[in-house]
Amino acid sequence: MASLRTVPQTPVRELDLDLEAFEGPFDLLLTLLLREELEPGEIDIAAIVLAFVERLAERDEIDLEACGEFLVLVSALLELKARLLFPDEAAELDALEPEEAAEELARRLAEYRRMKEAAVWLAERLAGERDRWFRLGPAPLALQPERRLAPQDPNALVTALRALAVPPPAVSLSHMALRFPPVSQFLERFRALLSRRRVFDFDGEVAGLSRVEQAVAFLALLELRKGGEIALSQGAPFAPIRISRIDDERTTTWTARSA
Amino acid sequence: MDSTLRLIATNPLDHLARTVEALLVVASSPLSVAELTEATEDDPERVETALGLLRERFSERRSGIVLEEVASGFAFRASREASAACARLFERPIERGLSQAALETLAVVAYLGPCSRPEVARIRGVAADSAVASLVERGLISEAGRESGPGGAVRYRTTPLFERVFGLESLAALPRLDDLGADSEQIRERLLEVASARAS
Repeated sequence: MASLRTVPQTPVRELDLDLEAFEGPFDLLLTLLLREELEPGEIDIAAIVLAFVERLAERDEIDLEACGEFLVLVSALLELKARLLFPDEAAELDALEPEEAAEELARRLAEYRRMKEAAVWLAERLAGERDRWFRLGPAPLALQPERRLAPQDPNALVTALRALAVPPPAVSLSHMALRFPPVSQFLERFRALLSRRRVFDFDGEVAGLSRVEQAVAFLALLELRKGGEIALSQGAPFAPIRISRIDDERTTTWTARSA
Repeated sequence: MDSTLRLIATNPLDHLARTVEALLVVASSPLSVAELTEATEDDPERVETALGLLRERFSERRSGIVLEEVASGFAFRASREASAACARLFERPIERGLSQAALETLAVVAYLGPCSRPEVARIRGVAADSAVASLVERGLISEAGRESGPGGAVRYRTTPLFERVFGLESLAALPRLDDLGADSEQIRERLLEVASARAS
Protein backbone atom coordinates (compact mmCIF):
# COMPACT_ATOMS: atom_id res chain seq x y z
CA MET A 1 0.00 0.00 0.00
CA ALA A 2 1.30 3.45 -0.85
CA SER A 3 2.17 5.69 2.07
CA LEU A 4 0.33 9.00 2.39
CA ARG A 5 3.46 11.05 3.01
CA THR A 6 3.62 14.37 1.19
CA VAL A 7 6.60 14.34 -1.10
CA PRO A 8 7.61 17.33 -3.22
CA GLN A 9 7.35 16.28 -6.87
CA THR A 10 7.28 17.85 -10.29
CA PRO A 11 4.43 20.44 -10.40
CA VAL A 12 1.24 19.24 -12.09
CA ARG A 13 1.44 22.14 -14.52
CA GLU A 14 4.46 20.47 -16.08
CA LEU A 15 2.60 17.20 -16.65
CA ASP A 16 3.47 16.16 -20.20
CA LEU A 17 0.43 15.40 -22.32
CA ASP A 18 0.25 13.54 -25.60
CA LEU A 19 -3.33 14.03 -26.79
CA GLU A 20 -4.82 13.94 -30.28
CA ALA A 21 -5.41 17.68 -30.32
CA PHE A 22 -2.44 18.77 -28.20
CA GLU A 23 1.05 17.72 -27.20
CA GLY A 24 2.95 19.51 -24.45
CA PRO A 25 2.77 20.54 -20.78
CA PHE A 26 -0.56 20.91 -18.98
CA ASP A 27 -0.17 24.64 -18.23
CA LEU A 28 0.37 25.44 -21.92
CA LEU A 29 -2.86 23.58 -22.72
CA LEU A 30 -4.75 25.70 -20.18
CA THR A 31 -3.21 28.92 -21.56
CA LEU A 32 -4.18 28.01 -25.13
CA LEU A 33 -7.73 27.18 -24.04
CA LEU A 34 -8.12 30.46 -22.15
CA ARG A 35 -6.84 32.38 -25.19
CA GLU A 36 -9.38 30.45 -27.28
CA GLU A 37 -6.60 29.18 -29.54
CA LEU A 38 -7.79 25.63 -28.91
CA GLU A 39 -11.34 24.28 -29.15
CA PRO A 40 -12.33 22.85 -25.72
CA GLY A 41 -14.54 20.28 -27.45
CA GLU A 42 -11.44 18.72 -29.01
CA ILE A 43 -9.68 18.12 -25.68
CA ASP A 44 -10.11 14.65 -24.24
CA ILE A 45 -10.15 15.34 -20.48
CA ALA A 46 -10.33 11.63 -19.67
CA ALA A 47 -6.94 11.22 -21.41
CA ILE A 48 -5.46 13.99 -19.21
CA VAL A 49 -6.75 12.25 -16.07
CA LEU A 50 -5.32 8.97 -17.36
CA ALA A 51 -1.90 10.59 -17.96
CA PHE A 52 -1.89 11.94 -14.40
CA VAL A 53 -2.99 8.64 -12.88
CA GLU A 54 -0.29 6.82 -14.87
CA ARG A 55 2.29 9.24 -13.53
CA LEU A 56 1.03 8.64 -10.00
CA ALA A 57 1.20 4.88 -10.53
CA GLU A 58 4.87 5.14 -11.53
CA ARG A 59 5.68 6.34 -8.01
CA ASP A 60 5.41 4.44 -4.75
CA GLU A 61 4.33 7.47 -2.75
CA ILE A 62 1.25 9.64 -3.17
CA ASP A 63 1.96 13.32 -3.68
CA LEU A 64 -1.08 14.87 -1.98
CA GLU A 65 -0.11 18.40 -2.99
CA ALA A 66 0.10 17.42 -6.66
CA CYS A 67 -3.21 15.51 -6.45
CA GLY A 68 -4.97 18.56 -4.98
CA GLU A 69 -3.49 20.88 -7.57
CA PHE A 70 -4.47 18.49 -10.35
CA LEU A 71 -8.06 18.27 -9.07
CA VAL A 72 -8.37 22.06 -9.03
CA LEU A 73 -6.93 22.45 -12.52
CA VAL A 74 -8.83 19.60 -14.14
CA SER A 75 -12.14 20.72 -12.60
CA ALA A 76 -11.49 24.24 -13.94
CA LEU A 77 -10.85 22.67 -17.33
CA LEU A 78 -14.08 20.68 -17.11
CA GLU A 79 -16.07 23.79 -16.21
CA LEU A 80 -14.46 25.69 -19.09
CA LYS A 81 -15.32 22.90 -21.52
CA ALA A 82 -18.90 22.64 -20.23
CA ARG A 83 -19.44 26.41 -20.47
CA LEU A 84 -18.08 26.63 -24.01
CA LEU A 85 -20.01 23.55 -25.16
CA PHE A 86 -23.36 25.05 -24.20
CA PRO A 87 -24.27 28.42 -25.72
CA ASP A 88 -24.72 31.35 -23.38
CA GLU A 89 -28.44 32.16 -23.66
CA ALA A 90 -28.14 35.54 -21.94
CA ALA A 91 -25.50 36.58 -24.50
CA GLU A 92 -27.80 35.37 -27.27
CA LEU A 93 -30.57 37.63 -26.02
CA ASP A 94 -28.16 40.56 -25.63
CA ALA A 95 -27.23 40.28 -29.29
CA LEU A 96 -30.87 40.78 -30.36
CA GLU A 97 -32.68 44.06 -31.02
CA PRO A 98 -35.10 45.09 -28.18
CA GLU A 99 -38.14 44.14 -30.29
CA GLU A 100 -36.61 40.77 -31.24
CA ALA A 101 -35.52 40.15 -27.66
CA ALA A 102 -39.06 40.84 -26.42
CA GLU A 103 -40.43 38.39 -28.99
CA GLU A 104 -37.89 35.73 -28.08
CA LEU A 105 -38.58 36.24 -24.38
CA ALA A 106 -42.33 36.11 -24.99
CA ARG A 107 -41.92 32.90 -26.98
CA ARG A 108 -39.95 31.31 -24.14
CA LEU A 109 -42.39 32.51 -21.52
CA ALA A 110 -45.31 31.17 -23.55
CA GLU A 111 -43.51 27.85 -23.90
CA TYR A 112 -42.94 27.67 -20.15
CA ARG A 113 -46.53 28.74 -19.42
CA ARG A 114 -47.85 25.93 -21.63
CA MET A 115 -45.69 23.44 -19.78
CA LYS A 116 -46.90 24.84 -16.48
CA GLU A 117 -50.49 24.43 -17.63
CA ALA A 118 -49.68 20.91 -18.77
CA ALA A 119 -48.30 20.20 -15.29
CA VAL A 120 -51.56 21.49 -13.79
CA TRP A 121 -53.51 19.24 -16.18
CA LEU A 122 -51.36 16.27 -15.10
CA ALA A 123 -51.88 17.07 -11.40
CA GLU A 124 -55.66 17.27 -11.92
CA ARG A 125 -55.61 14.06 -13.93
CA LEU A 126 -53.67 12.35 -11.14
CA ALA A 127 -56.14 13.57 -8.54
CA GLY A 128 -59.01 12.28 -10.70
CA GLU A 129 -57.37 8.88 -10.99
CA ARG A 130 -56.87 8.42 -7.25
CA ASP A 131 -59.64 5.80 -7.14
CA ARG A 132 -58.02 3.77 -9.93
CA TRP A 133 -56.02 0.91 -8.42
CA PHE A 134 -54.04 -1.61 -10.40
CA ARG A 135 -51.36 -4.16 -9.78
CA LEU A 136 -47.79 -2.93 -9.84
CA GLY A 137 -44.41 -4.27 -8.96
CA PRO A 138 -41.98 -6.70 -10.44
CA ALA A 139 -43.52 -8.88 -13.11
CA PRO A 140 -44.13 -12.40 -11.84
CA LEU A 141 -43.70 -13.59 -15.41
CA ALA A 142 -41.77 -12.01 -18.23
CA LEU A 143 -43.05 -11.83 -21.77
CA GLN A 144 -41.55 -14.46 -24.03
CA PRO A 145 -38.70 -12.98 -26.01
CA GLU A 146 -39.51 -12.93 -29.68
CA ARG A 147 -37.73 -15.81 -31.38
CA ARG A 148 -38.43 -15.64 -35.06
CA LEU A 149 -36.18 -17.77 -37.23
CA ALA A 150 -36.26 -17.78 -40.98
CA PRO A 151 -37.37 -21.14 -42.45
CA GLN A 152 -34.37 -23.47 -42.48
CA ASP A 153 -33.46 -26.25 -44.95
CA PRO A 154 -32.36 -29.46 -43.14
CA ASN A 155 -30.15 -30.37 -46.12
CA ALA A 156 -28.19 -27.15 -45.66
CA LEU A 157 -27.52 -28.20 -42.06
CA VAL A 158 -26.34 -31.64 -43.24
CA THR A 159 -23.95 -30.00 -45.72
CA ALA A 160 -22.60 -27.70 -43.02
CA LEU A 161 -22.06 -30.63 -40.63
CA ARG A 162 -20.36 -32.70 -43.33
CA ALA A 163 -17.95 -29.87 -44.02
CA LEU A 164 -17.10 -29.82 -40.31
CA ALA A 165 -16.67 -33.62 -40.15
CA VAL A 166 -13.87 -33.71 -42.78
CA PRO A 167 -10.53 -34.35 -41.01
CA PRO A 168 -8.18 -31.42 -41.32
CA PRO A 169 -5.08 -31.86 -43.55
CA ALA A 170 -1.94 -33.02 -41.74
CA VAL A 171 0.25 -30.19 -40.59
CA SER A 172 3.51 -30.07 -42.52
CA LEU A 173 6.69 -29.63 -40.50
CA SER A 174 8.89 -29.46 -43.56
CA HIS A 175 9.61 -25.79 -42.95
CA MET A 176 11.21 -26.50 -39.61
CA ALA A 177 14.99 -26.41 -40.01
CA LEU A 178 15.88 -28.14 -36.72
CA ARG A 179 17.27 -31.59 -37.48
CA PHE A 180 18.70 -34.06 -34.96
CA PRO A 181 21.41 -36.43 -36.26
CA PRO A 182 21.17 -39.93 -34.69
CA VAL A 183 23.16 -40.52 -31.50
CA SER A 184 24.42 -43.79 -33.00
CA GLN A 185 26.32 -41.83 -35.60
CA PHE A 186 28.49 -40.24 -32.88
CA LEU A 187 28.74 -43.48 -30.90
CA GLU A 188 30.33 -45.16 -33.92
CA ARG A 189 32.52 -42.18 -34.60
CA PHE A 190 33.88 -42.01 -31.02
CA ARG A 191 34.42 -45.78 -30.85
CA ALA A 192 36.38 -45.67 -34.09
CA LEU A 193 38.42 -42.79 -32.77
CA LEU A 194 39.22 -44.58 -29.51
CA SER A 195 40.31 -47.63 -31.40
CA ARG A 196 42.97 -45.49 -33.11
CA ARG A 197 43.86 -43.14 -30.21
CA ARG A 198 43.86 -43.68 -26.46
CA VAL A 199 42.90 -40.11 -25.56
CA PHE A 200 41.23 -37.22 -27.37
CA ASP A 201 39.60 -33.88 -26.52
CA PHE A 202 35.84 -33.55 -27.00
CA ASP A 203 36.04 -29.87 -27.99
CA GLY A 204 38.57 -30.58 -30.70
CA GLU A 205 36.44 -33.34 -32.19
CA VAL A 206 33.18 -31.39 -32.33
CA ALA A 207 34.66 -28.08 -33.46
CA GLY A 208 32.96 -26.93 -36.63
CA LEU A 209 29.69 -28.80 -35.89
CA SER A 210 26.38 -27.02 -35.28
CA ARG A 211 25.09 -26.54 -31.71
CA VAL A 212 22.48 -29.28 -32.20
CA GLU A 213 25.14 -31.70 -33.50
CA GLN A 214 27.42 -30.82 -30.57
CA ALA A 215 24.54 -31.57 -28.13
CA VAL A 216 23.89 -34.94 -29.78
CA ALA A 217 27.63 -35.72 -29.69
CA PHE A 218 27.65 -34.94 -25.95
CA LEU A 219 24.71 -37.32 -25.46
CA ALA A 220 26.69 -40.01 -27.27
CA LEU A 221 29.59 -39.31 -24.89
CA LEU A 222 27.32 -39.82 -21.88
CA GLU A 223 26.03 -43.07 -23.41
CA LEU A 224 29.60 -44.40 -23.76
CA ARG A 225 30.38 -43.36 -20.19
CA LYS A 226 27.22 -45.05 -18.94
CA GLY A 227 28.22 -48.27 -20.75
CA GLY A 228 31.64 -48.14 -19.11
CA GLU A 229 33.46 -47.86 -22.44
CA ILE A 230 35.19 -44.54 -21.71
CA ALA A 231 36.43 -42.37 -18.88
CA LEU A 232 35.92 -38.62 -18.77
CA SER A 233 37.98 -35.95 -17.11
CA GLN A 234 37.95 -32.17 -16.96
CA GLY A 235 40.67 -30.13 -15.25
CA ALA A 236 38.38 -27.22 -14.32
CA PRO A 237 34.89 -25.97 -15.14
CA PHE A 238 34.70 -25.06 -18.85
CA ALA A 239 38.10 -26.63 -19.47
CA PRO A 240 38.32 -29.12 -22.39
CA ILE A 241 36.71 -32.51 -21.71
CA ARG A 242 39.23 -35.29 -22.09
CA ILE A 243 38.06 -38.72 -23.23
CA SER A 244 40.11 -41.85 -22.76
CA ARG A 245 39.64 -45.60 -23.11
CA ILE A 246 38.57 -47.14 -19.80
CA ASP A 247 41.60 -49.48 -19.46
CA ASP A 248 43.98 -46.48 -19.62
CA GLU A 249 42.05 -44.38 -17.17
CA ARG A 250 42.34 -46.52 -14.02
CA THR A 251 45.25 -44.51 -12.75
CA THR A 252 43.57 -41.11 -13.10
CA THR A 253 40.69 -39.64 -11.10
CA TRP A 254 37.55 -38.85 -13.06
CA THR A 255 35.38 -36.01 -12.06
CA ALA A 256 31.88 -35.58 -13.33
CA ARG A 257 31.97 -31.83 -13.35
CA SER A 258 31.32 -30.99 -16.95
CA ALA A 259 29.44 -28.39 -18.82
CA MET B 1 -90.92 -38.64 -16.07
CA ASP B 2 -90.84 -35.04 -17.32
CA SER B 3 -87.78 -34.03 -19.23
CA THR B 4 -86.70 -30.42 -19.25
CA LEU B 5 -85.51 -28.93 -22.49
CA ARG B 6 -82.95 -26.21 -22.12
CA LEU B 7 -81.70 -23.95 -24.90
CA ILE B 8 -78.04 -23.26 -24.33
CA ALA B 9 -76.88 -20.29 -26.36
CA THR B 10 -73.08 -19.90 -26.29
CA ASN B 11 -71.13 -17.12 -27.93
CA PRO B 12 -68.60 -18.59 -30.42
CA LEU B 13 -66.00 -16.18 -29.02
CA ASP B 14 -66.43 -17.34 -25.42
CA HIS B 15 -63.44 -19.68 -25.53
CA LEU B 16 -61.19 -16.99 -26.99
CA ALA B 17 -62.50 -14.43 -24.46
CA ARG B 18 -61.66 -16.79 -21.59
CA THR B 19 -58.11 -17.24 -22.97
CA VAL B 20 -57.64 -13.47 -23.32
CA GLU B 21 -58.97 -13.02 -19.78
CA ALA B 22 -56.43 -15.56 -18.51
CA LEU B 23 -53.57 -13.80 -20.30
CA LEU B 24 -54.56 -10.43 -18.81
CA VAL B 25 -54.66 -11.95 -15.33
CA VAL B 26 -51.16 -13.35 -15.73
CA ALA B 27 -49.69 -10.13 -17.20
CA SER B 28 -48.39 -7.44 -14.87
CA SER B 29 -48.45 -4.71 -17.53
CA PRO B 30 -50.93 -3.87 -20.30
CA LEU B 31 -50.99 -6.27 -23.26
CA SER B 32 -51.54 -4.96 -26.77
CA VAL B 33 -53.91 -6.53 -29.30
CA ALA B 34 -50.85 -7.70 -31.25
CA GLU B 35 -49.44 -9.49 -28.19
CA LEU B 36 -52.80 -11.09 -27.40
CA THR B 37 -53.20 -12.16 -31.04
CA GLU B 38 -49.78 -13.79 -31.02
CA ALA B 39 -50.42 -15.61 -27.74
CA THR B 40 -53.86 -16.88 -28.73
CA GLU B 41 -52.79 -17.64 -32.31
CA ASP B 42 -56.07 -16.14 -33.43
CA ASP B 43 -57.29 -13.36 -35.67
CA PRO B 44 -56.74 -9.70 -34.48
CA GLU B 45 -60.34 -8.77 -35.25
CA ARG B 46 -61.66 -11.72 -33.24
CA VAL B 47 -59.33 -10.76 -30.37
CA GLU B 48 -60.71 -7.21 -30.41
CA THR B 49 -64.26 -8.58 -30.37
CA ALA B 50 -63.32 -10.85 -27.46
CA LEU B 51 -61.88 -7.81 -25.67
CA GLY B 52 -65.21 -6.06 -26.25
CA LEU B 53 -67.01 -8.97 -24.57
CA LEU B 54 -64.61 -8.80 -21.65
CA ARG B 55 -64.99 -5.03 -21.31
CA GLU B 56 -68.70 -5.55 -21.00
CA ARG B 57 -68.30 -8.35 -18.49
CA PHE B 58 -65.57 -6.56 -16.45
CA SER B 59 -67.02 -3.09 -16.14
CA GLU B 60 -67.82 -0.73 -13.28
CA ARG B 61 -70.71 -1.84 -11.05
CA ARG B 62 -70.76 -5.28 -12.73
CA SER B 63 -67.47 -6.61 -11.39
CA GLY B 64 -64.79 -5.83 -8.82
CA ILE B 65 -62.29 -6.07 -11.65
CA VAL B 66 -62.49 -3.64 -14.58
CA LEU B 67 -60.87 -4.07 -17.97
CA GLU B 68 -59.42 -0.78 -19.25
CA GLU B 69 -57.53 0.34 -22.31
CA VAL B 70 -54.40 2.06 -21.06
CA ALA B 71 -50.76 2.61 -22.12
CA SER B 72 -51.38 1.27 -25.63
CA GLY B 73 -52.80 -1.99 -24.32
CA PHE B 74 -55.40 -3.65 -22.14
CA ALA B 75 -55.12 -4.36 -18.42
CA PHE B 76 -57.27 -5.20 -15.43
CA ARG B 77 -57.65 -2.79 -12.52
CA ALA B 78 -59.81 -2.65 -9.39
CA SER B 79 -63.27 -1.11 -9.74
CA ARG B 80 -63.55 2.44 -8.47
CA GLU B 81 -66.10 1.45 -5.82
CA ALA B 82 -63.39 -0.69 -4.21
CA SER B 83 -60.87 2.17 -4.09
CA ALA B 84 -61.47 3.01 -0.41
CA ALA B 85 -60.75 -0.58 0.60
CA CYS B 86 -57.66 -0.61 -1.64
CA ALA B 87 -56.44 2.64 -0.07
CA ARG B 88 -56.74 1.11 3.42
CA LEU B 89 -54.52 -1.80 2.42
CA PHE B 90 -52.10 -0.33 -0.12
CA GLU B 91 -50.25 2.89 -0.79
CA ARG B 92 -49.19 4.61 -4.00
CA PRO B 93 -45.42 5.25 -3.80
CA ILE B 94 -45.16 6.40 -7.41
CA GLU B 95 -47.42 9.42 -7.05
CA ARG B 96 -46.71 10.17 -3.38
CA GLY B 97 -44.96 13.53 -2.89
CA LEU B 98 -44.75 14.36 -6.59
CA SER B 99 -43.60 18.01 -6.44
CA GLN B 100 -44.63 20.87 -8.72
CA ALA B 101 -41.09 20.87 -10.21
CA ALA B 102 -41.39 17.14 -10.93
CA LEU B 103 -44.81 17.61 -12.58
CA GLU B 104 -43.48 20.44 -14.78
CA THR B 105 -40.46 18.32 -15.73
CA LEU B 106 -42.78 15.40 -16.47
CA ALA B 107 -44.90 17.64 -18.69
CA VAL B 108 -41.83 18.80 -20.65
CA VAL B 109 -40.62 15.21 -21.14
CA ALA B 110 -44.11 13.98 -22.07
CA TYR B 111 -44.64 16.67 -24.71
CA LEU B 112 -41.10 17.23 -26.02
CA GLY B 113 -39.41 13.91 -25.21
CA PRO B 114 -37.00 12.48 -25.77
CA CYS B 115 -35.28 15.53 -24.30
CA SER B 116 -32.27 16.20 -22.08
CA ARG B 117 -31.90 17.85 -18.68
CA PRO B 118 -30.39 21.04 -20.22
CA GLU B 119 -33.48 21.29 -22.47
CA VAL B 120 -35.80 20.91 -19.48
CA ALA B 121 -33.73 23.50 -17.58
CA ARG B 122 -33.89 25.90 -20.55
CA ILE B 123 -37.69 25.77 -20.60
CA ARG B 124 -38.22 25.89 -16.84
CA GLY B 125 -35.37 28.36 -16.18
CA VAL B 126 -33.99 26.32 -13.27
CA ALA B 127 -31.87 23.18 -12.98
CA ALA B 128 -33.86 19.98 -13.41
CA ASP B 129 -31.36 17.50 -11.99
CA SER B 130 -33.20 16.46 -8.83
CA ALA B 131 -36.64 16.45 -10.53
CA VAL B 132 -35.33 14.21 -13.32
CA ALA B 133 -33.63 11.89 -10.80
CA SER B 134 -36.86 11.62 -8.80
CA LEU B 135 -38.93 10.82 -11.91
CA VAL B 136 -36.41 8.18 -13.04
CA GLU B 137 -36.50 6.62 -9.58
CA ARG B 138 -40.29 6.46 -9.68
CA GLY B 139 -40.17 4.82 -13.10
CA LEU B 140 -42.19 7.58 -14.79
CA ILE B 141 -39.36 8.52 -17.20
CA SER B 142 -36.37 6.57 -18.48
CA GLU B 143 -33.21 7.17 -20.48
CA ALA B 144 -33.61 7.25 -24.26
CA GLY B 145 -30.12 7.66 -25.76
CA ARG B 146 -27.91 10.73 -25.87
CA GLU B 147 -27.81 13.96 -27.82
CA SER B 148 -25.43 13.92 -30.78
CA GLY B 149 -22.10 15.75 -30.64
CA PRO B 150 -19.33 15.85 -28.02
CA GLY B 151 -20.50 15.50 -24.41
CA GLY B 152 -24.02 14.67 -25.60
CA ALA B 153 -26.46 14.86 -22.67
CA VAL B 154 -28.66 11.89 -21.75
CA ARG B 155 -32.18 12.19 -23.18
CA TYR B 156 -35.33 11.03 -21.37
CA ARG B 157 -38.81 9.96 -22.37
CA THR B 158 -41.91 8.89 -20.47
CA THR B 159 -42.49 5.20 -19.74
CA PRO B 160 -45.63 3.05 -20.22
CA LEU B 161 -45.97 3.27 -16.42
CA PHE B 162 -46.49 7.04 -16.77
CA GLU B 163 -49.43 6.42 -19.13
CA ARG B 164 -50.83 3.80 -16.78
CA VAL B 165 -50.53 5.92 -13.63
CA PHE B 166 -52.20 8.88 -15.36
CA GLY B 167 -54.81 6.64 -16.99
CA LEU B 168 -53.84 7.58 -20.55
CA GLU B 169 -54.61 5.28 -23.46
CA SER B 170 -51.43 6.64 -25.05
CA LEU B 171 -49.41 9.89 -25.20
CA ALA B 172 -51.83 11.04 -27.89
CA ALA B 173 -54.46 11.33 -25.14
CA LEU B 174 -52.60 14.35 -23.68
CA PRO B 175 -54.32 17.67 -24.45
CA ARG B 176 -52.90 19.60 -27.40
CA LEU B 177 -50.09 21.92 -26.35
CA ASP B 178 -51.60 24.80 -28.34
CA ASP B 179 -54.75 24.54 -26.21
CA LEU B 180 -52.74 25.09 -23.03
CA GLY B 181 -51.38 28.35 -21.62
CA ALA B 182 -51.47 31.86 -22.93
CA ASP B 183 -50.77 33.00 -26.45
CA SER B 184 -47.20 34.27 -26.97
CA GLU B 185 -48.64 37.34 -28.74
CA GLN B 186 -50.49 38.35 -25.55
CA ILE B 187 -47.33 37.86 -23.47
CA ARG B 188 -45.27 39.91 -25.94
CA GLU B 189 -47.77 42.79 -25.75
CA ARG B 190 -47.71 42.65 -21.96
CA LEU B 191 -43.89 42.69 -21.97
CA LEU B 192 -43.84 45.72 -24.25
CA GLU B 193 -46.40 47.45 -22.02
CA VAL B 194 -44.22 46.87 -18.96
CA ALA B 195 -41.12 48.06 -20.84
CA SER B 196 -42.79 51.28 -22.07
CA ALA B 197 -44.20 51.99 -18.58
CA ARG B 198 -40.67 51.73 -17.13
CA ALA B 199 -39.21 53.95 -19.84
CA SER B 200 -41.75 56.69 -19.16
